[in-house]
Amino acid sequence: MANGIVTQGGLLIAATGLRKTFGATEALRGIDLHVERGEVLAIMGPSGSGKSTLLHCIAGVLTPDEGRVVIDGEDVTALDADARARFRLRRIGFVFQFGQLLPDLNAVDNVALPLLMSGVGRRAATTRATEWLERLGLDDQLSKVPGDMSGGQAQRVAIARALATEPAVIFADEPTGSLDSVAGENVLTSMLAAVRELGTTVVLITHDARVAAYADREVIVRDGQLSAASRGDVA
Amino acid sequence: MDKTPTLLGLMAEGHEHGYDLKHRYDQLFGAERPIAFGQIYSTIARMIRDGYIEAMGEEPGGGPDRKRYAVTAAGRDYVRRWLSSPDEPSPTLQSNLFAKTVLALLLDDDADALLDVQRHAHLARMRDLTQAKQRGSMLERLAIDHALFQIEADLRWIDVAGARLAELREEVRHG
Repeated sequence: MANGIVTQGGLLIAATGLRKTFGATEALRGIDLHVERGEVLAIMGPSGSGKSTLLHCIAGVLTPDEGRVVIDGEDVTALDADARARFRLRRIGFVFQFGQLLPDLNAVDNVALPLLMSGVGRRAATTRATEWLERLGLDDQLSKVPGDMSGGQAQRVAIARALATEPAVIFADEPTGSLDSVAGENVLTSMLAAVRELGTTVVLITHDARVAAYADREVIVRDGQLSAASRGDVA
Repeated sequence: MDKTPTLLGLMAEGHEHGYDLKHRYDQLFGAERPIAFGQIYSTIARMIRDGYIEAMGEEPGGGPDRKRYAVTAAGRDYVRRWLSSPDEPSPTLQSNLFAKTVLALLLDDDADALLDVQRHAHLARMRDLTQAKQRGSMLERLAIDHALFQIEADLRWIDVAGARLAELREEVRHG
């Protein structure tokens, strides 16, 4: 452990030769990306650069036209849709910018949902969900529905939900993009404290350099490719 | 702004006389503060001493200064290394980075790669500051936040410049 970072070592994600086309648009034009176990990686790039497509291809939400993605030893690109969905449920957590919580469920039920879907019993799921919410400082929000929370609190619930299944990796797409600077920073530091402690890998999309500065490393996507400095091709 | 590599880069672009050099410098970088002839000639003297340029004799004619200079291989190498090395992020960075970007375009160097390398240097500095911030008192954290916002402003300029390189290339070469 160095600088508070859990370093378990070894490669968790190996994406090679990723290509993806939408109509006439080449969104990904041959991307190789490796992520170490326990690493927090920021993906940056201008709008339309392909960074979200890259994240979705690595996470198994989209299937690349070419290339291969291996996560924790599993070739995600070789799985059929059902197997890929099961893999995502067990091994991957997602955090989006907003709108990801079910509006009619309270915080505990929102966090318990992926646990229930992966076969954990109701009582155990509720207990674990409560523990995760308390860990993220939401002791007084357990029975509230998302509409009665602040944006920052709702994002913490989403993070608790992503962490509840103890995934190998969390993919976060602009997780603080809808929050002001201070709230965004508080949410980010809460999430990173939890993932550093667990050794969870995080792949984070952000356009905000101050958010990226919390990561261990950043790569920049431009025109569907990693920039030369991101690939280590230049000094 | 680093005057020596900037002036050397303009010489490499083809401005071989002190007078031309001043004119080109002022056109590109001297809108608010033109460079003095004295600084041009003292820099030329240093560049000759360091082997970056050599005097090529005087041209006939009645101009203010007909001495010609040529950039040596060592001089070109010096400019190339300057263009490809990121600057230490600081509040005065942008003028230097601005000069590097313009010169990279003038000299057909890879301005895109220059901005890319600088972007990562900025982010690395922000990462160091962010780590220090997490250990600091509130006073220290706010001081670091101030530095982070300054560096972030530079980064925004880098992004805007990167998106406009093609237009900038046209303008500085033909505008």
